[in-house]
This record gives sequence, C-alpha cells and structure tokens, in this order.
Amino acid sequence: MSDILVSARGLEVHFPLRGGKGVLRAVDGVDLDIYRGETLGLVGESGCGKSTLGNALLRLVPPTAGTVTFDGTDLTALGRRAMREMRRRAGMVFQDPFASLDPRRTVAQTVSEPLEVHGLRSGRRERAARVGELLELVGLDPAVAGRYPHEFSGGQRQRVGIARALAGEPDFLVCDEAIASLDVSVQAQVLNLLRRLQRQLGLTLLFISHDLSAIRHISDRIAVMYLGRIVEIGPASAVGSTPQMPYTQALLSAVPVPHPELERTRQRIVLRGDVPSPAAVPSGCRFRTRCPAAFEPCPDVDPALQPVGTAPDHVAACHLHGVIGTPVDGRTAEDVSAAPVD
Amino acid sequence: MSAVPLPAADPVLEVEDLRVELRTPRGTAHVVNGLSYAVGQGETVAVVGESGSGKSVSVLAMLGLLPPRVATVTGRAVLQGEDLLTMSPERLRQVRGPGAGLVFQDPMTSLNPVLSIGKQLVEGIRAHDDVPKAVARRRAAELLGEVGLPEPDRALDRFPHELSGGMRQRVVIAIALANSPALLIADEATTALDVTVQAQIIDLVERLQADHGTGVIWITHDLGVVAGIADRVLVMYGGRCVEDGTADDVLERPAHPYTRGLLGSLPDLAAPLDPDGRVPDLATVPGLPPPPTDLPPGCVFWPRCPVRSDPRCETEQPPLVTVGPGTPGRHGHVGRVLEHRAATWYQEGTAR
Repeated sequence: MSDILVSARGLEVHFPLRGGKGVLRAVDGVDLDIYRGETLGLVGESGCGKSTLGNALLRLVPPTAGTVTFDGTDLTALGRRAMREMRRRAGMVFQDPFASLDPRRTVAQTVSEPLEVHGLRSGRRERAARVGELLELVGLDPAVAGRYPHEFSGGQRQRVGIARALAGEPDFLVCDEAIASLDVSVQAQVLNLLRRLQRQLGLTLLFISHDLSAIRHISDRIAVMYLGRIVEIGPASAVGSTPQMPYTQALLSAVPVPHPELERTRQRIVLRGDVPSPAAVPSGCRFRTRCPAAFEPCPDVDPALQPVGTAPDHVAACHLHGVIGTPVDGRTAEDVSAAPVD
Repeated sequence: MSAVPLPAADPVLEVEDLRVELRTPRGTAHVVNGLSYAVGQGETVAVVGESGSGKSVSVLAMLGLLPPRVATVTGRAVLQGEDLLTMSPERLRQVRGPGAGLVFQDPMTSLNPVLSIGKQLVEGIRAHDDVPKAVARRRAAELLGEVGLPEPDRALDRFPHELSGGMRQRVVIAIALANSPALLIADEATTALDVTVQAQIIDLVERLQADHGTGVIWITHDLGVVAGIADRVLVMYGGRCVEDGTADDVLERPAHPYTRGLLGSLPDLAAPLDPDGRVPDLATVPGLPPPPTDLPPGCVFWPRCPVRSDPRCETEQPPLVTVGPGTPGRHGHVGRVLEHRAATWYQEGTAR
C-alpha cells in the first residue's frame, strides 16, 4: 500500500469560451500528491482554479488532459460501477450549507441517501441507527433526524453536510470553502470538528479555502494556487512562516492579524492590479505581471517547482531560486539566463 | 490627563440610546437596544459582531433606510449637528450624500448593472451639487483616478460587469466619496474581496481619510481588519454594546467574556503546541446567539457565558463600566486617554 492516496499528473481542466474565443485555463498543469492521513490545505484567491482542481480530483469535472489516480487506480479510465465505488470512498463538503441541502428532505433522508445508494446498510432500522451514529459523530443530537434544514443554524447545517459526506465511510474528504459562510465562533466549532474527525477516522483531507489563517491552523501541508497552477507547496509551518514565492509572501502579508501593534508596524506587500484572466495567462511565470521581484527570465521561462528553503519537501515555482523550467518559444533556460540585461 | 468618556472632541456623528424594533411574524425583534457612541473627525470606529448582532441594522436605521412600516427607531443620531432621526425625508436625502457615504459588502448589488459607471457617478454628484454634466463628468473621472482605477476616462463608459470585484468596490467607494462626506460607513466592505484586494481597499480608505479628515464607521466581523484600521472598537452582541475602547485595549486586553471567546476562536499561530506536538484546538463559544425576538433578561450573553457566576447575570443587565486604565488616543484624540469599558458582571479572579 502506497503512502499516496490521491495523485494528479499534468492535470488540466480547460473550458472552451463561447464563440470559439479561445479557452479558459482553470486548471493548467497540476502535479500533486496527497498522502494518506494528511490534511492538505489548498489556498488561493477567487478564480485561481482551486475549486475546479478539487472537483477534478473527484472527477466531478472531466479533465481535458492529464491523469488522476485514487489509491493506485486511474480515475479517468474507470467504468460506471467502479466509479460508483470510488464515489463512496471520496466525499465532499460544500461551501454553502443553505444551498447544498435539499430543503424538502429531512436530515435523516439526506444523511441516509448515501447508505442506500451504496447498499451500506440493509433495512430501514439499520439505516436509522447508522444515521443516529453519524449525527452523534458530528456533534448533533440524533433526535434531530426528523427535522428539516430550515430548522437549523448555518453551523448545524454544515454539520449535517459533513455527516452526509461521512455516510459512505470515505477515505478522502474534500472540503471546499466549508467554513466560508459561517460566523467566526461557528467557524472555530467546525474547524475543531473536522480536525477531530480527521484524527478519529484517519481521513485524508483536502481543505480548500481562501482563508490562510484557517488553512495554517488545520493543515499538515499547504499548497498555494495561482491562475491554475500550484506555485508553492510544503509543510504548513514552512509555507506559513517562511514562504519562498513572492505571491505566497504577498498573500501572507495581506492577511490581517488581530494584534493592533503588529498591524501598525508590519510592512504589507500590496500587489499591483488584478489577477489576469485565466483565458489570457501571461507567458513564462504567470505571476510576473504583479510580481514585485520580476526579472529578465520571468516572461521567457515557465518556472518548474524546485526545492526551496530549508524544510524538506518545500518546493516553489520561482526563478529567484534558480532559472528552471520550460522555455517559451524554444529557447533554453541557459539561453535566457545568459541573455544580456537591457 | 484624565480619562474622558467615549464621545470624541469634535464629533462628526453622535449616536445616543439608539433602539430599533422590527415587527416580524414571530413577534417584536429587539435588534438594537440602546446603542451610544460617537465618531470624531478623521477617526475610525470599528463596529464588531457576528450575524444578527445588530451592527448593520444600526446604521441602516440612522440613515432612514429601514422600511418605516416594519421598523420603529428611537434615540438620537446627530450628524454634524442635525438629528437624522427627526429629519424630514427630503432633508435626509439632501444630507446623505455630503453627510454620509455608504459602502456595502457586495459591489455587484449596490451598482446598477444597466447604467455605465460614469452615469452612476454623475448622478450622485448632480443630486447634491447643481453643476453642468460636463463638470460632473470631469469630477467623476478625477474620483475614479483617486480610488486607483486605471484609465479613469475610459472607465466612465464601462459597465459594472466589465470590472473585477475589487475595481467595482473602488467604484462604490468613489460614489460614496463623490460629495466629500464627513462620514464614511463601510458595512463589510471588504468581506467579499480577496485578501490582496482587501489590502488595496484598506490602504485606499486610510489614504482618503488622511487627506479629507473623514470619520469612518467600519462594520466588520474580521478582527484582523479591525486591528489594522480602528482607532476605537465597539463590540456588539444581542443589539447592545458589550465592550468598547481603543483597538489595543479591546483586542489585546479584552474584558468581556464574549470578546474573549471571539478572539479565542481565531486561529492564532503564536499559540503554544499541545504536548503531542499538534496545534491546539480553537476555543469556541458554545451555543448560539439569542433570537432578537426572545432576548434573555439580565446579561444578553449570560446563556452562553463560560464564566457566569454572579447572581445578577440572570436578572440584571450589566452597565458599561470602566474596566482598565484606558490607552492614549490617536486620530482626533491625541493627548487624551480613551476609556476601556465593558458590560459584564464578570470580574477577574471570580471565575466559575
């Protein structure tokens, strides 16, 4: 049994634009390994492709290129029946607990549906007992099983969503902005719950969020995404405290912390302009148009992930650490780095 | 130097005992229950609280933006010497633009999708200042330049959907600032934006505030943002102010159990690790806020309070009282000590 549960190689999800005006490169060449039992935090700004990547890993959107393997099996080659078993083993918790629960179904109906679909419990009584267990697991009173979503607060609904995701006894759970629409004190409750469940059930978690503080709190490793690519990935402590890629540095410096003295004195890196459209990705390094440290090779060589910093397994795609990558228009990396400065 | 109560030296806005009741199918909702504060020139007051705490409703009520059939508003809200709550609707309309500018959370819903940016700005300018269209248009372009929109002249002819979220929010700020208001109210103005864009918008507001001496009410649930921008902080719970003081006092030396719970539920990277080398669990506030239709007697936070012990908690509403030495003020308060107050029966050393 390998240590890697989920793996992507050269993964691309491109959407054709209306009227044949090119493609939107939502996920644009991602290599990623998620280890068994770890929590991987995936962070990035809106439109960077983090949700699409999460969906592609579960084959909820078909990749246009590349492969995804789940526990050694190539998902892109799976048939219907095998895909159904895969779906049982991978669950998803969505952002909006108001939109992701059917308002006309009771909590029991919602949570027991996966049990029926996957034939996990035969008989109504067994299923009801399992629903009770699942509700207890996420910190809800099993007595609420007969209630409807509108009778719950946002945090309680999110617990129902988590119970549903756990019903199939998955190995892998994708949480896509699962705490974004909750109040601060409720966010803390759900974060604690996810951490407890991860430990208790040995889950592998992909925690997708734009909230770096939450990501740093819950993750073993952090992956940073920008315009469809992972631009830095490594242990949470290394990426969180000594980021090596200028984008990660800017992102971290922009996160406000609740300490007035610190906020008044620290230097914030304010990035210029907006994120370019994923339909018009800049050549070479895709961050170069906003990068405060961009230099000559950046437009000409598409940077590859390379070891950075002092922590093992900390990699970043940035020429500041050495010009390595795929040259644009056929030049070699050496040509570019040897080119005269004008 | 002696401690002065919260009202600022020369206040732009003074709110006194503001109360808002809403008629709902479930009975009368007591959404704001006796709120008093003041905002000085060039000062930023952050109003903090979770959903349902009454922080947004309190400003909507002041500006006469709640439906009168449903809402009963009492108290005083004096903007530059005039009480907004007793003003005629016409006078209120005149006062709003040059008096108070509003920036809401979602720039897509506060802009009109079928009007160009220029039309919306020109309309705002001409509503309060009788100038020819061409003059208003020139001023609109200047404003867009001031809020950092690239190519402001061309941007005037664009529509909201052609701009990114950050750019749209800049346009909303430009409209709010079109009549150089004395007061800017930002209601979760950066919540929908990415952190890097949020940093740009905060920089922008701080720069404009320094240039024009605008007083700012910044309504947010993000205590990190508060730490960066606020001179003073007002924590709301159950429609009441439960703690106020300078940002340093409220965030670094919180006195109310609710403020402490709120701060404790934020991931803190400086927190020491558990014995097993893991990041410790977050402290949480158990339970949920009380529904405004059914507030508990006594302290509003009592049912969720982890340190309740005083017999008065259940029956008697605690007053806002001084809880510390206070800290020296900044903008508009230089040379004065600002009070740190909290409304709780809990006292240090008597826990549980």
